Amino acid sequence: MTSAVSPSVVPAPAPKPNALVEYLLRLGDDRLVLGHRLSEWCGHGPILEEDIALANVALDLLGQATMLLRLAGEVEGQGRNEDALAYFREAIEFRNCQLAELPNGDFAFTIARQFLFDVHAVVTLDALSSSTHAELAAIAAKSLKEAKYHVRHSGEWMLKLGDGTAESHRRVQTAVDELWRFTGELFAADDVDRAMQEAGIAPDLTPLRERWLSLVREVMDQATLTLPNDVPRLPNARGGRTGAHTEYLGHLLAEMQIVARSHPGATW
Amino acid sequence: MVARAGAVTRDALLAVLDQVMDPEVPVLSVRELGIVRDVEVDDAGAVIVTVTPTYSGCPAIRVIEQDILAALASAGVSDARVRTTYTPAWTTDWIAPEARAKLKAYGIAPPARTEPSDLVQLLRRRAAVQCPYCDSFDTELRSEFGSTACKAVCWCRSCRQPFEEFKAI
Repeated sequence: MTSAVSPSVVPAPAPKPNALVEYLLRLGDDRLVLGHRLSEWCGHGPILEEDIALANVALDLLGQATMLLRLAGEVEGQGRNEDALAYFREAIEFRNCQLAELPNGDFAFTIARQFLFDVHAVVTLDALSSSTHAELAAIAAKSLKEAKYHVRHSGEWMLKLGDGTAESHRRVQTAVDELWRFTGELFAADDVDRAMQEAGIAPDLTPLRERWLSLVREVMDQATLTLPNDVPRLPNARGGRTGAHTEYLGHLLAEMQIVARSHPGATW
Repeated sequence: MVARAGAVTRDALLAVLDQVMDPEVPVLSVRELGIVRDVEVDDAGAVIVTVTPTYSGCPAIRVIEQDILAALASAGVSDARVRTTYTPAWTTDWIAPEARAKLKAYGIAPPARTEPSDLVQLLRRRAAVQCPYCDSFDTELRSEFGSTACKAVCWCRSCRQPFEEFKAI
């Protein structure tokens, strides 16, 4: 019966008008949420240099989030700017990975989370620097410069803690073991990722994971740490990427959004 | 006053921008730092200044934009806009030798030349930073994160003076 079907009723390919917006929100929200988490260390760092370091990394991540969310808003074309996206979305509308929203824990947990994220950031941004989307490529190339010294910071701490005292080793190994299951989400491709990959906008996540894993393994080995041998389960619903978050995100957003929501449009 | 609208020259505009100092490194102008990428006059006679941020999260960029517009306004250019570009990404390699000398005189070690690096490069060996106070190379890096995003904290073993280094990026 296919011959009887006129061209006008042939279903069009599934429209993917929002895939790019979704993808940009994922990149931007990772950085917004993790940047906010890191900022919670401000005034609580174990030593002054670390207090300043974590606050500086947080600031870079917020800056990167600003560029990415601004672009997401422009592509979306609904008049939402980066502030509207940051302060006036609900938790289920956030697209960050769950790794980014986990509470800081102790210093070892914060460092391990940061290290796993930073390696993901450098391999992702390096690939995005040659994206077919010129603006995204420019943002990625700029952010990559910062991500490189972020991973130098978190990676060197992995060495110090892992190859340090028995207590520091125990703490950072425990942190990696706890965090490992959250890393699967970083590389679980869905329709958005596939659409981005087909358009040459974003990289294939399978080789990206190999690259990530080999860099993580190299540092873990040097740090005398053991890479968890369980394969991270890939969440069916892609967890945070589709708005399914841990209970921790809501509390983070409540604190981050309260001023903007209490005084909408306020300036100073 | 630079000139009346329509008769304004690029050189005159650049001379105005030479007077706009970076709020966090006040010995260098925003042109010397490479933040100002271009200035042009559009068909309608409006002045468009293209800037690029140093670091993504640099909190000074808004102040810099306001300072640029204020300097142009006081020079008689009221119809001006600031445009932001991210490409090419800002690099400390754009800071010229004369500007590097000003940084050193101000007590900030100037940035080294950037080098291509691996994505994850830990415990890297880098050329010793020269102390801006006593010129000794017997110095050590204390932290890559300093009072602003663009500076690292170093320590001179020779004169026992902590000092800041403009990070190569």
